[in-house]
Amino acid sequence: MTSATHRSAEEIGRTATGPRELPPLGEQRAAADLAHTDTVLGNGLRVLAVRKPNVPMVELRMAIPFAGDDPAHPATAEVLAETIATGTRRRDRVAIDTELALIGGDLGTAVDPEHLSVSASSLASGLPTLLDVLADVLTEASYVDNEVRRESDRIVERLAVARTQPRVIAREALQRHRYGDHPYTREVPKPEDVAQVTPEAVRALHASAVLPRGSVLVLVGDLDPDAVIGDLERALSAWASEKAARELPALPVLRGGELLLVPRAGAVQSQLRLSAQSLPRTDPRYPALQLANLAFGGYFSSRLVENIREDKGYTYSAHSGFEFTGQNATVQVEADTANEVTAAALLETRYELGRLGLVPPTDADVESVRQYAIGSLLIGASSQAGLASQLLGLAAVGLGVEWLNGHPGRVAAVTTEEVAQAALDFFAPSRFTGVVVGDAETLAPQLTALGGVTVESTGS
Amino acid sequence: MAAPELHRLTLDNGLRVVLAPDRTAPVVGVSVHYDVGFRSEPEGRTGFAHLFEHLMFQGSESLEKLAHFRHIQGSGGTFNGSTHPDYTDYFEVLPSAALERALFLEADRMRAPKLTRENLANQIDVVKEEIRLNVLNRPYGGFPWILLPPVLYSTFPNAHNGYGDFTDLEQASLDDCAAFFDTYYAPANAVLTVAGDFELDRARELIDKHFGDVPARPRPHRPSFAEPRPTTELRDTHTDPHAPLPALAVGYRMPDPVNELDGYLAHLVLAGVLADGDGSRLQQRLVHREPLVTDINAGAGLFGPFEARDPDTFSVTAIHAPDVTADRVLGALDEELDALASTPPGEQELAKVTARWSANLHSEHDRLVSRTLALGAFELLYGDAALAYDVADRIAAVNPEQVAEAAKGLRPDSRAVLVVKPQEGDAQ
Repeated sequence: MTSATHRSAEEIGRTATGPRELPPLGEQRAAADLAHTDTVLGNGLRVLAVRKPNVPMVELRMAIPFAGDDPAHPATAEVLAETIATGTRRRDRVAIDTELALIGGDLGTAVDPEHLSVSASSLASGLPTLLDVLADVLTEASYVDNEVRRESDRIVERLAVARTQPRVIAREALQRHRYGDHPYTREVPKPEDVAQVTPEAVRALHASAVLPRGSVLVLVGDLDPDAVIGDLERALSAWASEKAARELPALPVLRGGELLLVPRAGAVQSQLRLSAQSLPRTDPRYPALQLANLAFGGYFSSRLVENIREDKGYTYSAHSGFEFTGQNATVQVEADTANEVTAAALLETRYELGRLGLVPPTDADVESVRQYAIGSLLIGASSQAGLASQLLGLAAVGLGVEWLNGHPGRVAAVTTEEVAQAALDFFAPSRFTGVVVGDAETLAPQLTALGGVTVESTGS
Repeated sequence: MAAPELHRLTLDNGLRVVLAPDRTAPVVGVSVHYDVGFRSEPEGRTGFAHLFEHLMFQGSESLEKLAHFRHIQGSGGTFNGSTHPDYTDYFEVLPSAALERALFLEADRMRAPKLTRENLANQIDVVKEEIRLNVLNRPYGGFPWILLPPVLYSTFPNAHNGYGDFTDLEQASLDDCAAFFDTYYAPANAVLTVAGDFELDRARELIDKHFGDVPARPRPHRPSFAEPRPTTELRDTHTDPHAPLPALAVGYRMPDPVNELDGYLAHLVLAGVLADGDGSRLQQRLVHREPLVTDINAGAGLFGPFEARDPDTFSVTAIHAPDVTADRVLGALDEELDALASTPPGEQELAKVTARWSANLHSEHDRLVSRTLALGAFELLYGDAALAYDVADRIAAVNPEQVAEAAKGLRPDSRAVLVVKPQEGDAQ
């Protein structure tokens, strides 16, 4: 290609001294104990504050339970999330951005069927300003008419983009197929509902649903975890209500069943999405199930990835992971594949699901996923933002720093037999349901021949 | 804060080494940057640098196929690699007990990767799936990083698609791989970076043990990719079968990122003044006041700043409603650039941008993987790893006149405009 006198591939791949021994692992140091506070403010807000002064920054995360069963709720909630930080009695949109920018800050909000979430950060020296802006937004958001109208228009435009994304289409199809009409399925509002949202409706939703009781706030960074509680208590004193924020109703237990083929005409690639009931992190069998999932498809060296990507080249992305929703948990198996190999990829995926229980991971396999599980926790917790996100996920289901500190020990104690049992109990192909999204004309003949797949009728 | 500890050395075989100890968390990052990216791949072999990156994970003399992944993940670590215009990086972050293992793995594939016909065929398939996922099967795939360069640039290295055409990928041969490795993957053409939880002397010892006997090969000649700036406005249109709304990318040439760093940084600040946050000029005007666009962004480098040598691209991208013409958006952009060129931005306007840059760089350095990669990339491109830490102060030193000067340089008669049109009929 360039050097005229290069060696051959074979010559490149060997040396005079031959292959070498892989060095052993050294002694692992544990993570330092982090000074932290875990308390509930007078207004009912749970606060987790952790000192982690690697860099002069603070990371803030908040989750407010935000469920609603009104059909208009997802649209109103979406507009609320997009406009809550666009103006208060004291600050307009530009003033909020200016104050945040001057402290190197950002504040973002997002909503899903479970939570209204806030994610913010700033230079540590700017924390008082960050808390002042946050309190202002939580208690005095004004939802002026033109901001609500303009943001509603932008949401409608963004929804049009989102609904063309294969992963969004696949997610909607999976949610519908798994949970029918449950509020949990309403992740992406309908554009026509968004267009109907009024400023009054957003203000009413804010007043009735943006509530501290039952919500959690996580602060991680270059801060004093004791002193910051007093700062928060003062900053958020006006944010108060006797009512508690609204939790999502429990999800039904997911049962296995036929996959649904959802047509997307002309698509060059298909989405495979399989799902089954799983265990929450508080279940004593969770650590074993976590390791079984990693061995199946939870990391690159898993059976699924080694089979359908590294051996067969069917996919660039294959993955299996948990979805935690309140006290409920499911496992999701995902792969995007070219049309001509979609049915073959499904066949191999089912084969690997069955094999996990019947020919379970060996001692060496379990040791590998055990190290991976422990290492991922250490790596995630090593940055302020990573630790803040880990803790928010735990705090939202009532757990905290103790769970995080105790988890490496629980994972270390799991036996190969426990992993095998979890694989057999939770990964049997018959426990799974799901969807395939893609070009039905190409896919239907092969998938129906394979069996266990229903073709969605193309009406409306 | 005290300046973080940083050490540099060069092995006898020419391998440059950056060491950045930090004992605050028991994890360590290791990266190798090779001084070759997709701008160096030859005509008829578009996408080859990226395809070759995949092959470097497929085994080496001491490691059978898949062993690399298994050893890193089985030690509790994560890994990846990525191909950029001017370099290719390979990296892993692991619990610190696995440092020697990571060095062993990187040294083994630097010394003797196993390049086989079978792995090449398999990875061509995987790369094609990656391209379907990231480009062909999604709205705005490759926008603007694949679509804008062929409008702005006229020479093959700068203009071609770094992901590659399927026909070119399928042509790649094992001999191409051998030639590419022997030419570009010499130790003297690479930077090894180790950051995080390690003891300095021990790390030096381990690096010498594992990399010291990688045979020296000549450092390849690095060609200039310079080409003249456009002398007129260049336009092109791309029809996107998945996009629901029209989009627009405007590309300008900018100062040499390495040899005209202060001018380059002034463009970075200009991008912030134009489009970072609700208070920025284009957001205020085009998203909120008028409003013409759904989203607008401005930035240096098509993958972010500090990723490429000269020439690099300043880009403005927007997604807009169908009833808004591209020329209206361009007209507003030109007015805002003219306003900044004639009246430099205020001190507070700059303070906002520089505080956000400072915060973003702190956050980036707090993530060990980003810190490791930044140190390696700055050492490779600038010969100065410490610049990763110093660049925040250099950005803060940019003055209003420099930003005005940067705005003045972004001329309508020397730019590329790419218009993305949704396909007629329903967006699928």
